Amino acid sequence: MTLELAANFGHAPSAEQLENSPLAVRGLSVSYGQKPVVFSVDMTVHEGSMTAIIGPNGAGKSTLLKAVLGIVKPLSGQTMVFGKSLKTQRNRIAYVPQRASIDWDFPTRVLDVVLMGLYHELGLLRRVRQHHIDKARACLERVGMTEFADRQIGQLSGGQQQRVFLARALAQNADLYLLDEPFAGVDAATEKAIIRVLKDLRAEGKTVVAVHHDLSTVPEYFDRVFMISTRKIAEGTVADSFTTENLDKTYGGRLATAHVDQLGLATG
Amino acid sequence: MLWDAIFLQLGYNATLVTIGACFLGIAAGVTGTFLFLRKRALVSDAISHATLPGVALAFIVMVAIGSDGRNLAGLLLGSALSAWIGLLCVGWLTRQTRLAEDAAIGAVLSVFFGFGIVLLTVIQSMSSGRQAGLEGFLLGSTAGMLWNDALLILIGGAATLAAVLAFRRPMELVAFDPEFAAASGLNVPRIDLIIMCLAMAVTVVGLKIVGLILIVAMLIIPPVTARFWTERTDHVVLISGTVGGLASYLGAALSATAPALPTGPIIVLVSFVFFALSLLFAPNRGVLAAVLRHRRFQNRVHLRQGLLALAQGQPIYEKLTLRLLTRAGLARPDGVATDAGRARAAKALRDEKRWEIVRADHAFEGAAALYDGLREIETVLTADQIQEIDARMGGPKGVSA
Repeated sequence: MTLELAANFGHAPSAEQLENSPLAVRGLSVSYGQKPVVFSVDMTVHEGSMTAIIGPNGAGKSTLLKAVLGIVKPLSGQTMVFGKSLKTQRNRIAYVPQRASIDWDFPTRVLDVVLMGLYHELGLLRRVRQHHIDKARACLERVGMTEFADRQIGQLSGGQQQRVFLARALAQNADLYLLDEPFAGVDAATEKAIIRVLKDLRAEGKTVVAVHHDLSTVPEYFDRVFMISTRKIAEGTVADSFTTENLDKTYGGRLATAHVDQLGLATG
Repeated sequence: MLWDAIFLQLGYNATLVTIGACFLGIAAGVTGTFLFLRKRALVSDAISHATLPGVALAFIVMVAIGSDGRNLAGLLLGSALSAWIGLLCVGWLTRQTRLAEDAAIGAVLSVFFGFGIVLLTVIQSMSSGRQAGLEGFLLGSTAGMLWNDALLILIGGAATLAAVLAFRRPMELVAFDPEFAAASGLNVPRIDLIIMCLAMAVTVVGLKIVGLILIVAMLIIPPVTARFWTERTDHVVLISGTVGGLASYLGAALSATAPALPTGPIIVLVSFVFFALSLLFAPNRGVLAAVLRHRRFQNRVHLRQGLLALAQGQPIYEKLTLRLLTRAGLARPDGVATDAGRARAAKALRDEKRWEIVRADHAFEGAAALYDGLREIETVLTADQIQEIDARMGGPKGVSA
């Protein structure tokens, strides 16, 4: 007799999916010290989709992203980016880290930060030329920050800082965008600006994966969800997987029923 | 005498020392910038103290194989090796144990330094050790500097400088945002190691002139000084190198003017003068600028409050307010408004009424958010909008004096 696990962990990516998906993860486990934060997680990101990674605090959302990017070293697991190893595909990934991890008094201007996104092009010694600066300015324009190009980054509001980070990711000109809580602590105008840019990226056929906190905006912003609480709980389209049942499994009843009802989801 | 020193007229040795120090200062300032930006300034302290056992062991080895124990190249090589071991110890302790980096630095620094001092006493008891003069490496000793020594410092400093400039981009990236740097494919631990190695190179090169105890000051004071003047990394690097070079040049020249003045400590003191001046007088980040900024702001608040009080016929209680109003010709010393004061007060009150309407009206939400009691309403709303508000107020009202 086989025991059925309560949660539907979904399937590991098939060989074909490992080949074709912008990002496929198999059996990924990460721990800080002796405590697993992410345990045996499989993930298949669909090309041209916008995926929200959701889950409670400490569920391993950010850690999953960091492990995928090689920022933290996983204990086990396999990550494929566009069917190849991460190392060969660095140029095709852009990353927006959490704003809180930065010293905002660092002596650098908005434009300099965006230019950091061009590191692949510039390398060690190439000089920053006018066309690099033009490119960086174009990225700032997409997030509505052109007039702030010469400001020291500490003089910006939280939302503006987040937009600068998005502009830096745009400068990387990638095919896969990974964002860690891009909407945390930003103003309404910034949230609108960011989501517009992300949707534009999707329209261009790029793939977007974002750690996301605000459940109420999931259906409006994203087309796929990946629900995690140390283990994967569910993965799929918003319509199929973003259900009351899966939310209960993910948050372990920590979400008030009233809140879940407000989301207006189909049950089961 | 000082002018002679500054224009290198004090003889061969003083000239060598001064030029060598200047080069070292530039290299230290530029290298130190990245230590400072990466917030690892203290690691350089561990590195520098860890050089001492290497110096002593190198001396012992060189004497044992029958060559001159005071060969500078040999001593520096030894110091580099033991500094490298010290650096690895700090890294290993931080990674493998629960010790925080500052504790690891403290442990390595004191143990290596203590070991070095013990070795120095051993050397003192050796027959060939009495004239070794290795204590000179503690605080630097430039008295017997040779042309070859100076050349070594020059080449070492120049090579370090070149390496820093070559790696400046990844080092800046790692210092600002290590996660993004890692995601971009940079090997962050390796870049950190490069930063440390460059600091180590500067330390080793600087042992002869400033000594191991004070080299930290040459790595840290210039970038901290430079930070007061700019908000850009490349400018911090530039200014820091300049400050480091200038302070070392002046310090070395100064110390050459009198026989007993030690070079290293004088360089550090001159650097400190640059630092203190920057701390006080830098235009934006300086202490004086901050005080003035606060004072100006306070005055604006008082003036505005005073005008509103005048407009509403209230007495002015605060002396500062009255003084500001009087000085601006808006009120007499007894607190009665002048003609100009009455006009300004009327405008202030009218603007305040306009703001009241703006803040009560949802349609002006964006503008209302900018209200802080000081902002001129004309900078937020167009003339048309203000006219519309005035119409709602029932026309401009006269204000009783």
